[in-house]
Amino acid sequence: MTIKEIQEEIVDEFSMFEDWMQRYEYMIELGKALPLIDGQYKTDDNIIKGCQSKVWVHAELKEDKLVFTADSDAIITKGIIAILIRAFSNQRPQDIMDADTEFIDAIGLKEHLSPTRANGLVSMIKQLKLYAVAYQTQLN
Amino acid sequence: MFNIAKIRADFPILKRKVNGRPLVYFDNAATSQTPIQVIDAIVDYYSNYNANIHRGVHALSQEATDKYEAARQKIQRHYNIGKIQEVIFTSGTTHSINLVANGFSSLLEKGDEILVSAMEHHSNIVPWQMLCERTGATLKVIPMNLDGELLMQDYYDLLNDRTKLVFCNHVSNALGTINPIAEIIEAAHGVGAAVLVDGAQAAPHIKADMQQLDVDFYTVSAHKVCGPTGVGMLYGKEAWLRKLPPYQGGGEMIAEVTFEKTTYADLPHKFEAGTPNICGGIAFGAALDYMNALGFNAITKYEKELLEYATEKLLAIGGLKIYGTAEHKTSVISFNIKDIHPYDIGTILDKLGIAVRTGHHCAQPIMDFYKIPGTVRASFSFYNTKEEIDALVEGVERAKNMLQ
Repeated sequence: MTIKEIQEEIVDEFSMFEDWMQRYEYMIELGKALPLIDGQYKTDDNIIKGCQSKVWVHAELKEDKLVFTADSDAIITKGIIAILIRAFSNQRPQDIMDADTEFIDAIGLKEHLSPTRANGLVSMIKQLKLYAVAYQTQLN
Repeated sequence: MFNIAKIRADFPILKRKVNGRPLVYFDNAATSQTPIQVIDAIVDYYSNYNANIHRGVHALSQEATDKYEAARQKIQRHYNIGKIQEVIFTSGTTHSINLVANGFSSLLEKGDEILVSAMEHHSNIVPWQMLCERTGATLKVIPMNLDGELLMQDYYDLLNDRTKLVFCNHVSNALGTINPIAEIIEAAHGVGAAVLVDGAQAAPHIKADMQQLDVDFYTVSAHKVCGPTGVGMLYGKEAWLRKLPPYQGGGEMIAEVTFEKTTYADLPHKFEAGTPNICGGIAFGAALDYMNALGFNAITKYEKELLEYATEKLLAIGGLKIYGTAEHKTSVISFNIKDIHPYDIGTILDKLGIAVRTGHHCAQPIMDFYKIPGTVRASFSFYNTKEEIDALVEGVERAKNMLQ
């Protein structure tokens, strides 16, 4: 599936929820289900700055696709990462670079997109895109 | 009797909704809300007599100067300060502390010692670390116990004839502990050390008496005490303020300027370079008027009730642990539930319209001491109610059920 298709699927899933409680409960579930990052990658170098909770992201190129693994010590943050990883992991770096992030708004998480918000969703997206740029350069 | 309905009516912001629910504001230790009396003072200033002060010949300038200086007198009376020139307007506590730290650069030498308490806000740690880097002085820490109380015997043991300065907050922002500053000051003076007390967190709860405490420096931010942000005060004993060099150069702080030499203005203007926050200073005075009309005894009594009520209700939640259980504390509760991240609890509470603070509260050493990433901090003010505490407890229960 393309990033866009996956994002539409996520928006579809979230549209079933009636209120914020259900959305957050779902995110918490996603957070709990997120496959953990390999311990060796949980290093200070892999911590994303700008989050009140700790967030680690590791990127690895498998053939021509970029695979992300991540973890956080806060469960809601982990849920947000799970959504991002579902949308962006296992995709070509160029596609990750080109992808937009409007679906975050569509699933009712717009409040997390403010650059001043302490959870650093914006920093996370930026970090995923930076990895994409770095690996795209490597592929070229 | 404390008329809570009437008091709440003074605060326009308390009527608003957040995420579709009535706002429950429990982040008072970060900043307090503003009563209409203070908002009116701000509007009045900009509507009727906005002008630069201390140098105009015209009527508006004179009016603004009179009101600004009247605010200085209100601060003097409130804190029972001996001389008016000992009241320095600053942009707030952080500015006040930096002013003193900078001034001591020229008074300290290698081998001198500075003591700070283990429960300081970063703004009362970093300026002293910078001062130590500049002067070669050594920073030592007064330890605390698990309740969040300073170990006074350790403090007495740390004092010696090399101790030049002692810094301590009156009340800890993260834990709510009220520190025994009278004893701290007396012991420091015994070895000839000066004491700076950060009064930011004490301001809304305790009316500190500068002459009785015999403290050397005391700092306050207006926004903690129902005033506006960006203004505060530094109290300093006159002898110390004369010894310290000016902090910033500019207008207001000079007596005469030639290209060869500038002579500085007398106190307090020596430390008030540039056009000050005139409106802020006046509104700070209005805020103290408001608080004093309510009365600090009545405020403290009511807040104690809120604290006891909230402590009991929150502790009934399984797995909830309170950090900061000092015998003497203000209406602040820092807590965690098992290993649930404070950020998660804060996020759910926000969705319920309840404002708390989460994180390390700019006091990372305290979090390291307890080996936790941070806490959820609910801080109560005199305009809060038991019904709001019930909403908090219900919200925390709900967050716990969702998150564990």
